[in-house]
Amino acid sequence: MMEKMIFGRFIPGDSFVHRMDPRSKLLFVFAFIVIVFLANNVATYALLLAFTLFVILMSKIRLYFLINGLKPVIILLIFTFMIHILFTREGDIIFQLGFFKVYEEGLRQGIFISIRFLVLVFMTSILTLTTSPISITDGLETLLNPLKKIKLPVHELALMMSIALRFIPTLMDETDKIMKAQMARGSDLSAGPLKDRIKAVVPLLVPLFVSAFKRAEDLATAMEVRGYRGGEGRTRYRQLKWDWRDTTSLASLVVVTIILVVLRN
Amino acid sequence: MDIKLQQVSYAYSIGTPFEKYALFDVDLTIPSQTYQAIIGHTGSGKSTILQHFNGLLKPSKGQVHIGERVIEAGKKAKELKPIRQKVGIVFQFPEHQLFEETVLKDIMFGPMNFGVSETEAEKRAKELIKLVGLPEETLNKSPFDLSGGQMRRVAIAGVLAMDPEVIVLDEPTAGLDPRGQREIMDMFYTLHKERGLTTILVTHSMEDAAKYADRIAIMHEGKCVLNGTPHEIFSDAKTLETYRLELPHIVRFQQKIENMMNLRLSKICLTEEELAEEVSRVLRKGRDYQ
Repeated sequence: MMEKMIFGRFIPGDSFVHRMDPRSKLLFVFAFIVIVFLANNVATYALLLAFTLFVILMSKIRLYFLINGLKPVIILLIFTFMIHILFTREGDIIFQLGFFKVYEEGLRQGIFISIRFLVLVFMTSILTLTTSPISITDGLETLLNPLKKIKLPVHELALMMSIALRFIPTLMDETDKIMKAQMARGSDLSAGPLKDRIKAVVPLLVPLFVSAFKRAEDLATAMEVRGYRGGEGRTRYRQLKWDWRDTTSLASLVVVTIILVVLRN
Repeated sequence: MDIKLQQVSYAYSIGTPFEKYALFDVDLTIPSQTYQAIIGHTGSGKSTILQHFNGLLKPSKGQVHIGERVIEAGKKAKELKPIRQKVGIVFQFPEHQLFEETVLKDIMFGPMNFGVSETEAEKRAKELIKLVGLPEETLNKSPFDLSGGQMRRVAIAGVLAMDPEVIVLDEPTAGLDPRGQREIMDMFYTLHKERGLTTILVTHSMEDAAKYADRIAIMHEGKCVLNGTPHEIFSDAKTLETYRLELPHIVRFQQKIENMMNLRLSKICLTEEELAEEVSRVLRKGRDYQ
């Protein structure tokens, strides 16, 4: 069951996007999220879509993974599309069935919003698919560094994030194991009335919490005996390097932004 | 209850790019009341195979016969509960499955899931806690106040309380002290003999396999490559070597004696007693031969 989860998974590779610096990737995605909202007509949305497809090509990620990343938001996507179809009443009627009328503007807006969704999900998926969780946290830590001035515990936050990410697969494995052990003892998680199913979660959650706390304690001890004292004066094993790829990609984003501003109504 | 695997293959993450086969065309028959050991290197598919014995995993190809039931690839398997009652699995580090407030309740969890009455379940718990070598007072303690070894014993009692006909053990003694290991293995052996429990032991330990098992199956890279009596299996050191497995200590000791004294014993000995007897027999006769 757990093994089918693909969303948020890192796929190692050697493409242009894979070799970009995590800082530039993060900046790129954040900036992209902002400029998506500049688009407001056919030309600008077409540009966004084309640009996204170009990035997908550069990342050499198989479409399978991106489609999979779309699965959790598909309902939201359909829902917003339908809202626009049903409630926008501008322009000509292009389709009518009794009370049910579809206006041109509604269809337009519905399609625009869907494209907006699509490019946002694709871009963020590409970020997580091409960047290992560790590099994302590293990149985020360096990007947030200036905030140390206002006493934000940047290093600790980044550490918490990387530990949390690191233990997701471990906890999933653990859940799987405990679930199987309890199923072997006759507990039934997938059948029966809701009340019984909720009851059946207890034998799963208690051992899971116990082991999670134990793990946390062990990890803290292991870090302490190896002399961990926080971020002060700590050097890095993985050095972040900004090269031509990063400059080019950010520059391309600037170009796209300028074109967007020119083309929008 | 016989367990029969026919041409069983199993793949993880089937239908995704992460699809990976862990078992290939495994054929294995475990007749009722045998003590079957399954040994193999890490990643040989041992843990995957044992989850087929009670329907926790469904074969991707092939069939699993558990007594009268057949679990077949591609078909929906319904009502697996009766199978799970008959086939108890003691997973690796079973102490991780404890969750109740008291040891008593935890031992009763299994049987009560299978519809055993409260009084009967309590009776079983009181019997079993002694069987696994803990004092009866333990029943009222919280399982989380016990030591690791005690927790292991409670968890084992919890599986035995379901009164299974087949018991599957996945490295049941990993991480215990030598004495605890011996006690637990001996307890399972007594149960096997006295109650006629079919026992399937998945292990790394050649010694345990040699000492207790009637038959030993060897797993290698997802295939069941050998299945035979301990004498058959351990007579062929060369083949074992190719599967990156070692001989039990006692057999290696026998080889050393044979080399040192320049003699050859008539058979492979699997216990100290057997070896001592064999050596003394040869020595007594030896004078006449040379």
